Amino acid sequence: MRRLIVTLPTSWMAVFLVLPLAIVLAVAFAEATASVPPFALGFNLGNFATLVADGFYLGTFARSFVVAGVSSALCLVIGYPMALAITRAPQAWRGAFLTLVILPFWTGFLLRLTAWIGLLREDGWINTVLGLFGLGPAEMMYTQGAMYVGIAYCYLPFMILPLYARLSARDVALEEAAADLGAGPWRVFWRITWPLSLPGVVAGSLLVFVPAMGEFVIPELLGGPAAETLGRVLWGEFFANRDWPMASALAVAMLLVLMLPVGIWQWKQGGER
Amino acid sequence: MTETLLIEGLTRRFGGHAALDGLDLRVDAGEVFVLLGGSGSGKTTLLRCIGGFETPDAGRIALEGVDITALPPHKRAVNTMFQSYALFPHMSVAENVGFGLRHAGVGKAEAARRVAALLKLVRLEEFGARRPAQLSGGQKQRVALARALARRPSLLLLDEPFSALDRNLREDTRVEFLRIQRALCIASILVTHDQEEALAMADRIGVMQAGQLAQVGTPEDVYERPASRFVAEFMGMANFLPAVVRERGRGTTLLRLADGNLPVRSTCAATLGSQVTLALRPERLALGGAGENRLEGIVDGVSYRGATLDVFVRFGTTALVVRHPLGNGAGVPGAGAAVTVSFAADAAIVLPD
Repeated sequence: MRRLIVTLPTSWMAVFLVLPLAIVLAVAFAEATASVPPFALGFNLGNFATLVADGFYLGTFARSFVVAGVSSALCLVIGYPMALAITRAPQAWRGAFLTLVILPFWTGFLLRLTAWIGLLREDGWINTVLGLFGLGPAEMMYTQGAMYVGIAYCYLPFMILPLYARLSARDVALEEAAADLGAGPWRVFWRITWPLSLPGVVAGSLLVFVPAMGEFVIPELLGGPAAETLGRVLWGEFFANRDWPMASALAVAMLLVLMLPVGIWQWKQGGER
Repeated sequence: MTETLLIEGLTRRFGGHAALDGLDLRVDAGEVFVLLGGSGSGKTTLLRCIGGFETPDAGRIALEGVDITALPPHKRAVNTMFQSYALFPHMSVAENVGFGLRHAGVGKAEAARRVAALLKLVRLEEFGARRPAQLSGGQKQRVALARALARRPSLLLLDEPFSALDRNLREDTRVEFLRIQRALCIASILVTHDQEEALAMADRIGVMQAGQLAQVGTPEDVYERPASRFVAEFMGMANFLPAVVRERGRGTTLLRLADGNLPVRSTCAATLGSQVTLALRPERLALGGAGENRLEGIVDGVSYRGATLDVFVRFGTTALVVRHPLGNGAGVPGAGAAVTVSFAADAAIVLPD
């Protein structure tokens, strides 16, 4: 029994995480060929050289960083007040509010995005309502704005849940003590509530930032052609150009770049303990 | 004496339950007023109303003559030392103590000077750079006190300030607090459920019962002359006997115990013919002895307490606890022995029924 408990997750990780990663890594160093499969194994650093030398890829990384950063910031600005409000709601209501936060997960991801398309497109709900007032139609689909709306909408729960976990465990007496010592509500927030919630802020931001960095579906469906994020470029290299080694090299580079902030965070957390 | 705090008709309800029920209270300048009560008596609610953390449903709170009932906590010249201390974990000891000075319009140099003086006052000069997590319980308690004193409040509120400390440390800390309180002469309200602590600390004690003050007085008043059976029980009286007032003389009252029809002489005043309760403190009763009042009974059992022995004496249908000092070769009666319990007239406290 005990061996099973250890073996099962270990073999799961081996088959579905380590093995695929190893394959991606191997392909990243391979040579692209016109064969099936379209690569020849070897040790070829050319793909990584192209990544660094070609401004297109660096630009993609930069763009994805901006998209992920803006998405995290949006989710934080929307999610923080919500998480705080839930912790201040009467005990009996908190469970219901948290359920509402994760309720969208009960519907398929693509279905929800399709619903957003229905809202945003040129003859969609929003433009129809605007039309009733003689306004519009506003061009909303295939814009940066539509993409951010989609990302913020889809990833908001990942921001709210860790924030809520952190905020609901806070000691309200600290806020009372600050008020008692002459701090008004704003000052109490910025000097007590906010700094003590930072671990939750970082956890939530990473949970949004990391997947948003590689996000493919949302920029593809809602974003315009300018939204050439890493996920889309990866997809293009793999399926359109059939350059598997280049796509793998991109994936490896992205993994390394993303491990950096997570690594720093964990190292810092370890240092505080 | 001038009053620092005046509370009139304060009421606070939670649902249908009144935690404070039309409470009146006056705290004089420079005094230590101890609110003594069991859990649920409303003492913490009262403290939170004064601090501004609870909004009363009715009544008025005035601080140094100014109505503060509707003011939020940060606008009241009242500072609280919280039971959990509520030290800010992400700030150093000095930052904690100086927190309130930042919004008090105190300059940086002046604030630093005052923080240093406060840390010296609570004997923590060396600890300014530490985090609260690096302090012992007693040190945290002193930081919390220094922080509450930093803004020089008109009134200091202390919510069970010594309850989180070890018994040994508590004694020293009480003395230390009184030293600082006397030096600064800050009017203080201290909440506790420990009658011993109340007696040791208070200039005046207010005993709380069901959202009201059952009795307010000096420690001697409340201890020696409890106004009701509730206060008497809270102040450690264990023996209560029903009686009727038979005679009233100059300075003495003659009672007849309902049980056993025995006469008892008391120095308390009471209405002739009324039904009363005779309250007796276990340590004021003696086995044998030469008190004015004597009751004959049978020893039911004994309970060893170290320096003293609790002897349970039954007579008629009631029982008395006698706290019998040990040592000096004093004999210890065994169960079943016939004994005489005696007590002085001024130990017999008459409570109205």
